[in-house]
Amino acid sequence: MTIPKDPQGIRRRSGKLRDTHINLAHGSGGKAMRDLIEDVFVGAFDNPMLAAMEDQAVFSLADLARYGNRLAFTTDTFVVDPLFFPGGDIGTLAVAGTVNDLAMSGATPLFLSCGMVLEEGLSADVLRRVVASMKRTAELAGVSIVTGDTKVVERGAADKLFINTAGVGVVPEGINISARNARVGDVVIINGYLGDHGTAILIARNQLGVECDVASDCQPLGSLVAAMIAACPDIHCLRDATRGGVATVLNEFAESSDITIRIHESALPIREEVKGACEILGLDPLYLANEGKLVAIVPGDRADQVLSAMRAHPAGRDAAIIGEVTEAPAGVVVLHTLFGGQRIVDMLVGEQLPRIC
Amino acid sequence: MKYVDEFRDPDKAQVLSREIRELVKRIGRTRQNPLQIMEVCGGHTHSIFRYGITQFLPEEVEFVHGPGCPVCVLPMGRVDDCVALAELPHVIFTTFGDAMRVPGSKKSLLKAKAEGADVRMVYSPLDALKLARANPHREVVFFGLGFETTMPSTAMTVLQAKAENVTNFSLFCNHITIIPTLRAILDSPDLNIDGFLGPGHVSMVIGSRPYEFIARDFNKPITIAGFEPLDVLQSVWMVLAQIAEGRAEVENQYGRVVPRDGNRLALDAVHEVFEVREFFEWRGLGSIDYSGVRMREDYAAFDAERKFSVPNLKVADPKSCQCGDVLKGLIKPRQCKVFGTACSPETPLGALMVSTEGACAAYYNYGRIDTTGLKRPTAVAPEKTA
Repeated sequence: MTIPKDPQGIRRRSGKLRDTHINLAHGSGGKAMRDLIEDVFVGAFDNPMLAAMEDQAVFSLADLARYGNRLAFTTDTFVVDPLFFPGGDIGTLAVAGTVNDLAMSGATPLFLSCGMVLEEGLSADVLRRVVASMKRTAELAGVSIVTGDTKVVERGAADKLFINTAGVGVVPEGINISARNARVGDVVIINGYLGDHGTAILIARNQLGVECDVASDCQPLGSLVAAMIAACPDIHCLRDATRGGVATVLNEFAESSDITIRIHESALPIREEVKGACEILGLDPLYLANEGKLVAIVPGDRADQVLSAMRAHPAGRDAAIIGEVTEAPAGVVVLHTLFGGQRIVDMLVGEQLPRIC
Repeated sequence: MKYVDEFRDPDKAQVLSREIRELVKRIGRTRQNPLQIMEVCGGHTHSIFRYGITQFLPEEVEFVHGPGCPVCVLPMGRVDDCVALAELPHVIFTTFGDAMRVPGSKKSLLKAKAEGADVRMVYSPLDALKLARANPHREVVFFGLGFETTMPSTAMTVLQAKAENVTNFSLFCNHITIIPTLRAILDSPDLNIDGFLGPGHVSMVIGSRPYEFIARDFNKPITIAGFEPLDVLQSVWMVLAQIAEGRAEVENQYGRVVPRDGNRLALDAVHEVFEVREFFEWRGLGSIDYSGVRMREDYAAFDAERKFSVPNLKVADPKSCQCGDVLKGLIKPRQCKVFGTACSPETPLGALMVSTEGACAAYYNYGRIDTTGLKRPTAVAPEKTA
């Protein structure tokens, strides 16, 4: 048989997603899926590795070695509801969250994968908006999304959209940040206001009859961390305070390093609106999620330098020293209250529940 | 923040702390025979621990944690009834969050939810009514619990349901009243309470008059207290002042919220919808006469107990559980044999560990480490922190 010529290139016309809603065909591996990927993902994320549409992204080890001597690798899955909220959306979270997990090791975040599970019936417009957010956040963070996967499941089998991102970064030689490194005499620093993201999500779910002008703090922290390391290569601990809030991170540090951390309620930066929402609902801002906040433990004699470097950076303008590392009893976080008393700050059990009476 | 920051002033706390020490010296009790003040309400227990109030008191004054936490006194049999209702296929079972974790004899509501029962957390009974309107083919049951604090909003919701002729909404009523409980405590031969901190938000509804029998018949002082740390400290001071001066009166420290005669509108709604039950079971305390309420005959159509059949069994507390002794103030949470071991917030044996207002949960979350080992604030100047 003679293979027909195709001078107009009809068979290989570049993919365009024309449907208004996602359907099962978009996940079945055929042309509909290729159109979706080429139009929505490749078009937006726009880098040669992704455009090659191979089954994997391949990097030169020599290129990576220019950034340091160890690879950092992490993954996170995003299922937030609602998809859009003041200050961001699931796309912003999907990129910033994984970038930040990499950055907490001191690594330079470089490449992300993006796996999506789409519910049948998801609006294509919603998907494009989410992808646009991912693109913007990736640019801000200086990372490329180089490989991905798309699945479509039947209506009801997923809640609109789930995103998994995995990321790789490279840790510079000599940087050794770990939850086990906190030492007596160290100082605890955070980069800004607590509880914004948790509050924004609670309000956005709109079940509480409370109105509040708070936006999520979702942001990538890679360049902030780089500035901090430049001021103090010997940063002891770094972690981003996501689910479970600052209290959970502090407990993780206290337990891993076997020390006591004392924090001061008067030093905690919390917005009035967040304080008000928490008072009325009976929640504790120390346990609310953040998506653009890190907790750093640094040697006492470098604290001021690190703080200055943070305050000079847009993601650290409101940075503050909130406490210090002391001795026994070990593995404990103690809060010095505004009132002049002291109490333990423990790990959460289950979710925080609003007060009854 | 108004009404919050002023009541957390550390300098005033120091003044009150000094004055309290003076009063205690005058009264002349010892560490071996301390003054015992019962804070009735779980919200006060929570405040005491959250703000470290005991650190401002001398060792000759002790708090005895009372049973004023409605989640904590929920008997296992009633939780089983909730689970039975929730597992009915056409029912949407709505409840406050805290109640979801209380263990029944087989499971909690949270576990029933994980196993497929339609259990939903609401912030107010009106949310449950909204659900009923939005789901006309389902039966929505609201788990009403709490003292007089929450009774009015439950009553108003039932009144609203009746006015709108909503036929698929009902209430599983577990509201309890505070006065019979206080009487049972005062009548108890094991206890020797010197004075009481009265429940602030219950009193917002019932006023201060109902407590007069405590002063008149039992000769004990009671001060109705607010929930900010200065409210609690000032109330302690007021109770101690009464003791030092040989008085026994009902005093109202929470005057900015509690009116002497209570809230007329709220009380009217409550009396319209509810009537007192002869007996009601309390976890750890047994049955207390006239301490529970049920719905009046006129509102039978909204009474889940009449609409559905529930097991209604009396279930004994687990043998190792000493919730009853803690609730009566006989032992401190730390003295319970299973505190922190078999019974912890992750695996609660009893309700006192589940509820955020429970004495055991408060001890566990805020004070598990012996806080007397931590540096006490000095009487001269508080530790400046920033």
